[in-house]
Amino acid sequence: MKRYFKTIMLFWSTAFASQLEYQLNFLIELLAMLGTLSGSIFILSLFFSDGRQLGDWSWEAALIIQGVYTFMDGLTNALLRPNLTEIVNYVREGTLDYVLLKPIDSQFWLSIKKFSFAGIPEIILGLTIVFWSAIRTGINLSVFNTLIFFVSLFIGFVILYSVWFLIAASSIWFVKTWNATEVLRALLAAGRYPITAYPVILRLIFTLLLPVAFLTTFPAEAVLGELKLVIIILGLALSTFFFVVSRLFWIYALKHYTSASS
Amino acid sequence: MLEYRIEIALWALSGVLPFIMFSLWSQNDVGNSFGLNDIGLARYFLSAFLVRQFSVVWVVFSFEEDSLSGRLSPYLLQPLHPLLRYVAAHLAEQATRLPFAIAIAILFFVLNPSSFWIPSISRFLLAYVSTHLAFSIAFLLQSLVASLCFWTEKSSALERLIFVPYLFLSGLLVPLSAFPEKVLFLANFTPFPYLINFPAKILSGMPVDLLNGFFFQILWIAILLPSVNILWKLGVRRYTAMGA
Repeated sequence: MKRYFKTIMLFWSTAFASQLEYQLNFLIELLAMLGTLSGSIFILSLFFSDGRQLGDWSWEAALIIQGVYTFMDGLTNALLRPNLTEIVNYVREGTLDYVLLKPIDSQFWLSIKKFSFAGIPEIILGLTIVFWSAIRTGINLSVFNTLIFFVSLFIGFVILYSVWFLIAASSIWFVKTWNATEVLRALLAAGRYPITAYPVILRLIFTLLLPVAFLTTFPAEAVLGELKLVIIILGLALSTFFFVVSRLFWIYALKHYTSASS
Repeated sequence: MLEYRIEIALWALSGVLPFIMFSLWSQNDVGNSFGLNDIGLARYFLSAFLVRQFSVVWVVFSFEEDSLSGRLSPYLLQPLHPLLRYVAAHLAEQATRLPFAIAIAILFFVLNPSSFWIPSISRFLLAYVSTHLAFSIAFLLQSLVASLCFWTEKSSALERLIFVPYLFLSGLLVPLSAFPEKVLFLANFTPFPYLINFPAKILSGMPVDLLNGFFFQILWIAILLPSVNILWKLGVRRYTAMGA
């Protein structure tokens, strides 16, 4: 365990050093983030024109969802995207061999190697929006609700990671899975809006099949103190399930790995 | 291209965003506030999906890869402009994507039978032309960013700065008629509304100012084409081959 922790520290400090070389990138990411956020808040405001509500969510409550989405997006940009999109390249160029030879768990190595610091402002901004809008709704934010909020964020992140890793791991057979990740990202965009705003069939799909609801809507409900116990238990079960499947699938996939090129 | 059938099918699927947005707008009865009923919304978003399938551009990513790996050097020696190579690749993939796009359109009509429509021949041809013009604008816009590859190694990061306004102002998420007047006024000075909103409106049979739309499409091409040319020439002069 200690060894793994030390490895993370080493990985991330080298990542930090190499990213200092590209300071302009950091600025671009920041600009893109602010643009995306103001754009999606603008689109959201169109739903609320004429004093409507969006799937029983008030304007402030819907802003909490935007905050959670921004937070998850930041985490994705910082950790998931830099690492999991690389797996395809390792498989294609045959460099996965070197990873497998290392005296450390390969799934761990592949999932944690890189860290993009440009995602951090987004993470902070996301949390700020969540708590600022929560206060604006007029509910009192208890310690208990905050705790449940972070638990449900964790559940959401584990589900997202597992599904993404599952797709990336299938590159052992299909080699090019870049487009599959694009499909996933397009569907995740559905998480910008409350799950109750969707037609019933999509609600079911987004809760059980592709659990987008666990990424944004349920954490937002947790802040508001409206999250049902059943959902938390379901979330724990689903996230464990997805994680175990991703783990087993990776072990299974490695048995079929035949290396490439030299 | 046919070798990558699954790839292309998946890519067609990754364009589902307009459909997700359609389900939101229609479920929440927002359409009426900007003068579109459910059928109008369905037609608009299906058209937006189709227009995007045939105007999406990724030249900056291919170009960056070729530039970083040194593959660009032999291309530059050939007596053909290297950008034309990418144009050909894009057009070939659009052709491969056609059957998938049709399949998705049929599925959409099965799920929403009331929205079925066949555009008149004149509308279809006009939409066809304006989709190609939209593709040209998008391609030139990205080539402009790609040319910056000659200066910085990571110009695909700069592409995000085009993609963000594209996402919100092109009409992929909502027909632009839903925008407040001031925002709409400003948006019309950018090239983005002419990439999705204008062709999709023609195809879906909504009332549209044809003269104005085509004028701006051609104007943007007239601005971008020489700019790309100049930037490219300046860039090639700076080019120092990379990679093996």
